[in-house]
Amino acid sequence: MKGDAATEGTEPRGKSSVAIFLAHLRLATLALMLLAIAAAIPATAQQLAPDGAPNPTASGVNQQTLLKAEPRIEGYIDIPDTRARVLVQPAGRTWDRFHEVTLHWFGTIVIIGMIAILGVAYLVVGRLRISAGRSGRKVQRFSAFERFSHWLTAVSFVILGLTGLNITFGKILLLPVIGPDAFSGLSQVTKYIHNFTSFAFVIGLVLIVAIWFKDNIPRKVDIDWLKQGGGFIKSKHAPAGRFNAGEKAVFWLALLAGIAVTASGFLLLFPFYVTNILGMQVAQVVHAVIAVLFVAVILAHIYIGTLGMEGAFEAMGTGEVDLNWAKEHHDLWLQDQLAKEQRPAPSSADD
Amino acid sequence: MARMKFLCDAERCIDCNACVTACKNENEVPWGINRRRVVTINDGKPGERSVSMACMHCTDPPCAAVCPVECIYPTEDGIVLHNKDQCIGCGYCFYACPFGAPQYPRVSNFGSRGKMDKCTYCAGGGGPEAPGSAEEFAKYGSDRFGEGKLPMCAEMCSTKSLLAGDGDVIGQIYKDRVDQRGYGSGAWGWLTAYHEDVDV
Repeated sequence: MKGDAATEGTEPRGKSSVAIFLAHLRLATLALMLLAIAAAIPATAQQLAPDGAPNPTASGVNQQTLLKAEPRIEGYIDIPDTRARVLVQPAGRTWDRFHEVTLHWFGTIVIIGMIAILGVAYLVVGRLRISAGRSGRKVQRFSAFERFSHWLTAVSFVILGLTGLNITFGKILLLPVIGPDAFSGLSQVTKYIHNFTSFAFVIGLVLIVAIWFKDNIPRKVDIDWLKQGGGFIKSKHAPAGRFNAGEKAVFWLALLAGIAVTASGFLLLFPFYVTNILGMQVAQVVHAVIAVLFVAVILAHIYIGTLGMEGAFEAMGTGEVDLNWAKEHHDLWLQDQLAKEQRPAPSSADD
Repeated sequence: MARMKFLCDAERCIDCNACVTACKNENEVPWGINRRRVVTINDGKPGERSVSMACMHCTDPPCAAVCPVECIYPTEDGIVLHNKDQCIGCGYCFYACPFGAPQYPRVSNFGSRGKMDKCTYCAGGGGPEAPGSAEEFAKYGSDRFGEGKLPMCAEMCSTKSLLAGDGDVIGQIYKDRVDQRGYGSGAWGWLTAYHEDVDV
């Protein structure tokens, strides 16, 4: 207290309370370290035999002490398999609980929840029509290569999603229906499909990012778009460039989630190549949680691109959209396109 | 029905690896697969202890819970068996196993795992093969248990460190030993495997 008073007298009040806090923190850290050392001493101290004599063989490591100190008990082993060094890892049971309880609930709530939200949106908002009706005039929106990249990613995503969900939910939904032998045969095949399709997905993702990165950089117009509710809340259509803020959100979420599932997925595909048991467990948790969220986002993306909006699917279907659709949803982009069409491009560098 | 368990008395284990060899020989386990192993804690330091570890045949086995094709199950004796015909080699049982018991033969692409292999308590396999048949032996190894015998690893243990049998009986043996000598590093893995410890 004396020290506290001294600092309080010489320094401004705010600063001194920070100094006191830091002093307390240092004290607490020191106390904790002393406690840790004190706790470690009995483990190595010599225990006494029943007759009271010191027993040199009684100083052995104790299981419970070790488990309190670290999550895994590791030791030396004669075989060249580093995985086998881990003697006990109670975290296996924790991972089991995540996989069998948390993940099942999380996955069910997120995916069924998203389907429910989309169902309500369809019933309440309904299919968003082209307000002015179709003009009959078409505008090129996506080139063949852009559509190829999109569908490469999309098809591989659906395959990965279904085969992945089978690993988590198949035994609850599918196994009782088709029986254990058929289900195990199917799961064996889907495991290989999942492993190999991952490469197609990564290629698709890289292409998508390379092609559309520039058009997805957030701009001022996106804030206005968000303020106006993206045309969902009001019947009025908000201005947007080639991609609106909603599409940009899907792009960035797909990129981030794509990186996360790819990184964790390759750790799982090459087990124990670069990580230990903890790393494998974490990789599986990340892979599962991100994949479930990714599926939910893509469900919303599929809804708005098909059922949810008239004239949207053809952009990725034939590559051409109706002029009036473009006017309502991507007016700024349409202006640029029409301007380009009217005066032939002077040079290819003028982009 | 007796509840079969393993117990390794680390005060007696001399790291001779006879249990590992006995297991490999009895079950003709393929190269690279170790159903049982001996891990040395604090190797070369005071208080060094060695523990022989394999599948502990857990109560409420986490491997069985996480298996996506539900091919792992406990028998009425508490022995955890699996059906290799249904195993898809996903590796989840290894992530869930507190004891690193599941083993996988390497097959073809990437780190792809073959059908899981692990200690069967020398009780044959969990598949459709007839107990004690040549087909069962080729896939899972020996069915000593069906002949009324205990696992080879424990039977071969030169210091009687590794105990196998009814959990109550081997727990009592360990307890008596600890009472007599006055110390013991604990029944390794019991709390994690069986949700109970030997009260010493």
